[in-house]
Amino acid sequence: MKISFIINGSTKSVEVSDGNAPLLWSIRDGLDLKGTKFGCGKAACGACTIHVDDMAVRSCSYPVKMAEGKKITTIEGLSQEGNLHPVQQAWKEEVVPQCGYCQPGFMMATAAMLKEIPNPTDQDIDDNIINVCRCATYYRMRKAIHRAAAINSKNL
Amino acid sequence: MASDLTKNKGLKRRKFLKYTGVGVGLMIGGVWLGRNPIRRKIFELAETMIAPYQGDVSDPLIWIQVTPENQIILHSSKVEMGQGSFTGLAQLAAEELEVDVEKIKVVHAETASGNIDGMGTGGSMSVATLWKPLREMAATMRLMLAKKAAEKLEVSIDDLAFANGVFSAKNRGITYGEIVDGVTDWEIPETPVLKKRSRFKHIGKPIVRVDLYDKVIGAPIFGIDASYSDMLFASVVRSRLVDATMSNYDTSVAENMPGVIKIVKEDDFISVIAKTQVEADNARHKITFDYTTNRSWNIADVEKEITVGNGRKTIIQKEGKSIEEIDEDGDIISLEFRSPIGAHAQMEPNGAVANYKDGKVEIKISTQVPKVTRDEVASALGLSKEDVNIVPTFLGGGFGRRLHTPNAIQAAKMSKAVGKPVKSFFDRKQEFQNDTFRPPTHHVMKAKISKDKKILGIEHQFASGDTLFNSALDPGVEQMMRADIGSIRGGAIIYDLLPHRTTYYHVDLPFATSFWRSLGLLANAFAIESFMDEIAINTNQDPIQLRLNSISNDNPYGERARKVIQACADKAKYTDQISNGKAMGFASTVDGGSPCAHVVEVSIEDDEIKVHKVTVAFDCGIAVNPDQVRAQIEGCVCMGISASMFEKMDLRDNKLYPINYGAYKMALMRHTPREIDIVLLEGADYPGPVGEPPMGPIGAAIGNAVRRLTGKRLTTLPLSLG
Repeated sequence: MKISFIINGSTKSVEVSDGNAPLLWSIRDGLDLKGTKFGCGKAACGACTIHVDDMAVRSCSYPVKMAEGKKITTIEGLSQEGNLHPVQQAWKEEVVPQCGYCQPGFMMATAAMLKEIPNPTDQDIDDNIINVCRCATYYRMRKAIHRAAAINSKNL
Repeated sequence: MASDLTKNKGLKRRKFLKYTGVGVGLMIGGVWLGRNPIRRKIFELAETMIAPYQGDVSDPLIWIQVTPENQIILHSSKVEMGQGSFTGLAQLAAEELEVDVEKIKVVHAETASGNIDGMGTGGSMSVATLWKPLREMAATMRLMLAKKAAEKLEVSIDDLAFANGVFSAKNRGITYGEIVDGVTDWEIPETPVLKKRSRFKHIGKPIVRVDLYDKVIGAPIFGIDASYSDMLFASVVRSRLVDATMSNYDTSVAENMPGVIKIVKEDDFISVIAKTQVEADNARHKITFDYTTNRSWNIADVEKEITVGNGRKTIIQKEGKSIEEIDEDGDIISLEFRSPIGAHAQMEPNGAVANYKDGKVEIKISTQVPKVTRDEVASALGLSKEDVNIVPTFLGGGFGRRLHTPNAIQAAKMSKAVGKPVKSFFDRKQEFQNDTFRPPTHHVMKAKISKDKKILGIEHQFASGDTLFNSALDPGVEQMMRADIGSIRGGAIIYDLLPHRTTYYHVDLPFATSFWRSLGLLANAFAIESFMDEIAINTNQDPIQLRLNSISNDNPYGERARKVIQACADKAKYTDQISNGKAMGFASTVDGGSPCAHVVEVSIEDDEIKVHKVTVAFDCGIAVNPDQVRAQIEGCVCMGISASMFEKMDLRDNKLYPINYGAYKMALMRHTPREIDIVLLEGADYPGPVGEPPMGPIGAAIGNAVRRLTGKRLTTLPLSLG
């Protein structure tokens, strides 16, 4: 079956034999956007976090057929016209990544949270950022999230 | 400038630069290590963990490539798994090449390049072992460039000036790129004199990671991102049970599933190859088979095996009598500790992408051991080593999980079977059930205290399983060593002014165990440093003073360890007093010659342990990149909190549990201390290990704080008040 959606601003179609297959694999292997990562396959780690209609979604557990007609953003679409998104800019300034594998998922989760909570407290961050980072870069991530909020508020 | 380049004293043109190493001092001086001198040497090496680099450091041309476009490419035989070695190595090369770090692009060396590291990436050894050889190669390369520049400008090398990456003479300038253009023959000169530390421009600076931008934009740099055109996807059947064999496969349903190209049946595995990953996985789930187990295994059986007294006994330290033999009057105090089976849980699953064609195979893979991967694939497929090229990718975490790569062999066999490139990855359940785990441990700590509170002796007996023995070592090593030098890491007592003994019991387990970041250190330090705290309480001593008074100057690291202990206590303003419901806990270790101390501030809220602040003092010698040393410390603290407070595997009816994140409890953002305060001491003129030593103190430090808050001594990891 053919599924169509708008991803990172472009309309794309993918052909799948099983509409219940995870959207993740259509993004990674079907559209060759490899920034979205496979971590667990059970929506437990957040490495595959993307935005569907501006909401953070764990794409490893999101059936591809549900994406029909929706607006999807991946890490590749977070930056606009070559400019890093404030979250990416903050991640860079705080030198957050170590191995880097889980970082796109964290940045996508953070970008979605900042739309809802523009100036999160530490408690907000604890409650909303629940992805897994095995290098345990959480300490710098917390700084980067506050910094991203500051960059955003300057832009406003 | 030019005169520096021509100062050629020291080594002649060399085939292999014999790296004599630094800090290969005895961690455990003058102790009983067995009468076999080779065994003794390996023990010493394991304890200091700075072995020489094992590979070709005589030829700068296999490491450093200058392109005619004036790009410098550093081909690293060490892989980047997050530890930041690519950046540290770029800094070493930049220093002697006299270029900015940003000018250097670091890539993984393919095995076909000939730049092959015999040991692999691990043990916190990358920057430490290449500290001198890489700077020597960079300096040699620059001299080679200078000689060619002089030839091209038709001047004497002594007449060359150098500024901003350009050699010049007679008002003409030439860049590195222009120098190499058209040059095919290079003569490798004697190694120039290296720059003194006082002249370093790049080493010691907090330069941003060279891989930072790629990792912020989500670039496809990992093994799982690799591909070939016309590639197929595989899903391999893996055992859910330990100590079991599988048989009577029925693949009839799987064969007719959508997208399935082929069922591959090899001697040692069975798999589905399909057009997409989803189709391969779906079909694999339809393959049925029978298990035959050798015996039933539950976690209690494992704990029974892993018990002091079982297995092969090796005396590691024998400085004084055993506790029972001490004649003086006194009280014996004794505590038993346990640590669980630990999973790696690295974020990128294991896998490989193989392209077998015309009797040759190329494999793109996240591996910590490109050479071992190559040799094993060559052997399994009956190919020469030259016909196998391993292309290492960035690793989505290593932590010791990628020292065994049978997945590379499987991918190669499948690619050969189907005649196309094949991508094969574990799913997460397979990762948790087929991990090469951190072995569980059991420790018996004993001390005898006289009536006037003098410590008459201390003893550490412990049992654990394979770490190093299960790696790609020659089987003869196990016979010779008896004690697994990975499992005993951190097991020796560093308090040499106290009479002490350490005895290790090596136990064979029914499931694979191997390296896990810091190996034995996490568990051994938990036992020893918790017990030291108990001794301090028992003898009415300050825990800081007890440790300071127990380490002598006979240890090569003794003075550095005491400075670290004092610096940490001072920075944290350590006190035994409870304040606002918070208590402090202290612990210190020396791992690989890098002393580390932690003070944690802990409270108990809703019956849960909460870590508010961790103060760390650490001495790794020269911090090549202080920002990334800090990043490693922060990572060790948070991963150490995770391992000490949350993580454990269970075994029920031969099945390992849990099988995914979430159920395998780990520390997340909300468990991360709000403050990590770091003091870096640089007590040596060389860089020592960084990526693992800061894991050592954390578990005991937390337990020691809980002891002060509650009066209760926690003796089992993960720490629990229940």
